[in-house]
Amino acid sequence: MTSSAPNSFRALPDPDGHFGNFGGRFVAETLMPLILELEQAYKDAKADPAFKKEMDYYLRHYVGRENPLYFAERLTEELGGAKIYFKREDLNHTGAHKINNCIGQILLAKRMGKTRIIAETGAGQHGVATATVCARFGLPCTVYMGSKDIERQSPNVFRMRLLGAEVKPVVSGSNSLKDAMNEALRDWVTNVEDTFYIIGTAAGPHPYPEMVRDFQSVIGNEARRQIMEAENRLPDQVIASVGGGSNAIGLFHPFLDDKGVEVVGVEAAGHGVHTGKHAASLSAGKPGVLHGNRTYLLMDDDGQIKEADSISAGLDYPGIGPEHSWLKDIGRARYEPITDKEALAAFKLCSELEGIIPALECSHAIAQIMKEAPKMGKDKIILMCLSGRGDKDIFTVAEALGVEL
Amino acid sequence: MSDAIIGGQDRIAKRFAKLKEEGRAGLVTFITAGDPDPETSFEILKQLPDAGADIIELGMPFTDPMADGPAIQEASLRALAAGMHMRKTLSIVRGFRDQDHDTPIILMGYYNPIYIYGVAEFLEDARNAGVDGLIVVDLPPEEDAELCIPTVEKGLSFIRLTTPTSDDKRLPKLVQNTSGFVYYVSVAGVTGAGSASNEQIVEAMGRLRRHTDLPIAVGFGIKTAAQAADVAKQADAAVVGSAIVSKIAESLDENGKATDKTASMVTGLVRELANGVRNARK
Repeated sequence: MTSSAPNSFRALPDPDGHFGNFGGRFVAETLMPLILELEQAYKDAKADPAFKKEMDYYLRHYVGRENPLYFAERLTEELGGAKIYFKREDLNHTGAHKINNCIGQILLAKRMGKTRIIAETGAGQHGVATATVCARFGLPCTVYMGSKDIERQSPNVFRMRLLGAEVKPVVSGSNSLKDAMNEALRDWVTNVEDTFYIIGTAAGPHPYPEMVRDFQSVIGNEARRQIMEAENRLPDQVIASVGGGSNAIGLFHPFLDDKGVEVVGVEAAGHGVHTGKHAASLSAGKPGVLHGNRTYLLMDDDGQIKEADSISAGLDYPGIGPEHSWLKDIGRARYEPITDKEALAAFKLCSELEGIIPALECSHAIAQIMKEAPKMGKDKIILMCLSGRGDKDIFTVAEALGVEL
Repeated sequence: MSDAIIGGQDRIAKRFAKLKEEGRAGLVTFITAGDPDPETSFEILKQLPDAGADIIELGMPFTDPMADGPAIQEASLRALAAGMHMRKTLSIVRGFRDQDHDTPIILMGYYNPIYIYGVAEFLEDARNAGVDGLIVVDLPPEEDAELCIPTVEKGLSFIRLTTPTSDDKRLPKLVQNTSGFVYYVSVAGVTGAGSASNEQIVEAMGRLRRHTDLPIAVGFGIKTAAQAADVAKQADAAVVGSAIVSKIAESLDENGKATDKTASMVTGLVRELANGVRNARK
């Protein structure tokens, strides 16, 4: 550790929402009073034991926490190196980590007296989680989804509609997640009085990156306790896939001050970083400003945002949460690219060896483990966030493998 | 010092002084630089003052204009598809300045293209090109250190958007560090959406006047000469954007290319709007 390293890696953001040079509040003035109101409401909620108690209640009885930390024995044997543990976010209600954050945000929305919920979604997991909590708490819900994603994630679109949400196809720009986020912001700026915007990832204007991280930190807090129970020590590496990066920051954050724990994020390299068709903003992007925060982005020399490309709709975003950008720049975490092809191989291997069909998103992390675990000693421990179940992806995978369903 | 690099605050102040002398409100027109293509856009720009534009807002195209409605989003995408970029935007301004020394030009857009250009270099180049001020939608006062302060230090105006959500508590923060004029966005929403009622505008103007002596321009949702005239009765200037940009879209051929009607359709609308504004207080 160099002398310039901070005393703690867990003390940010600063009061203006900065993680070093990243983060901030780059939004239209119409939204500023709302963002400030949200920041205050979140501060108050955090300090209120009743809010925590309510949140814990729903996480336990509705989401089904705590979920297991599972020793992936056959995958460990197959790779022949480090012991591999999965934090089973796929076993949550709705099948992914997204619900952790949605429970937190909808309880906050209720507390603030908001009567209408909007959200953006890529793969549809966050849309489903948002539609779910809206059904549970009786609030009308509008989900913006790129028309391209609606096509490739039709089961999730149907789920959202079953749950009573209105799914609005977005046909502007590149018709994917970033455009859905633009459209949700346009809705919010138009309906400032009654609407709460549930952002699905640890990005956007302050306080979202902090708030989403806090709500997702239940992943790392549980995993830290569970690995101590299982192994009586901390892991050597924590690893997770990053799109916007909410499951990753949720896993990483409780481990950031544990010097012996290596932190690895895995980005979607699509067809390969060299091809330009990917979503690897940390590996191949540069810092810029979009959607309310400064962070690493995919863009051209004129500052125009590029389309991201990944087989996994959940990683198909040209940016990344600002805290990841900071962790990369200060060297506390490293970020590795994994291609569609590598993720598919990992998807198959995990299904065959562990009887767990993983989401394509976290298949990227499994693929990175396939590269690293064999080089690590058998006494080493890797802890991965298995962020979601892969049932939603079977059509995409079948198509990629040339199988007709 | 050549005319081109007269401090931007000057040209804007002079223009509003002249409007006051004439006892009328001004017309602020918005087009996106490079829409539908760089050449046509330059032609339109050059004709705007004669058609009656008192101040020109020139949009800097951006792929993700999240505070704009469909009309201006599409204008951005048309411009980018036609090869527009920031350096060309500045060269269009330079070309305009060669022939027009008095009409203020305000660049309007989003922060990322400026940030990537480099703030210091951008301000230097913008000032030399003859830009008078900036409106950057995604830079609230909380981020003033990024661009607002450097802009003001460079002698250009940083024009702030105030909105229906800007209350008496928020307004002092909004008018601090701002200059040129204050832009009142009359409805909460994206550009081109619905318009505010007269009563709402009167109420908002009263609120704003308590906090600033700067001229106040009112925009969002103004589509017709009559609406522009209504606003011109209350405000120091009326801003029209989406309606003009929609006129450009309407004039294109089936391949989305400019036609020989493009410039004249735009200037035709601007003439109508200018008539409305100029006769509002008579």
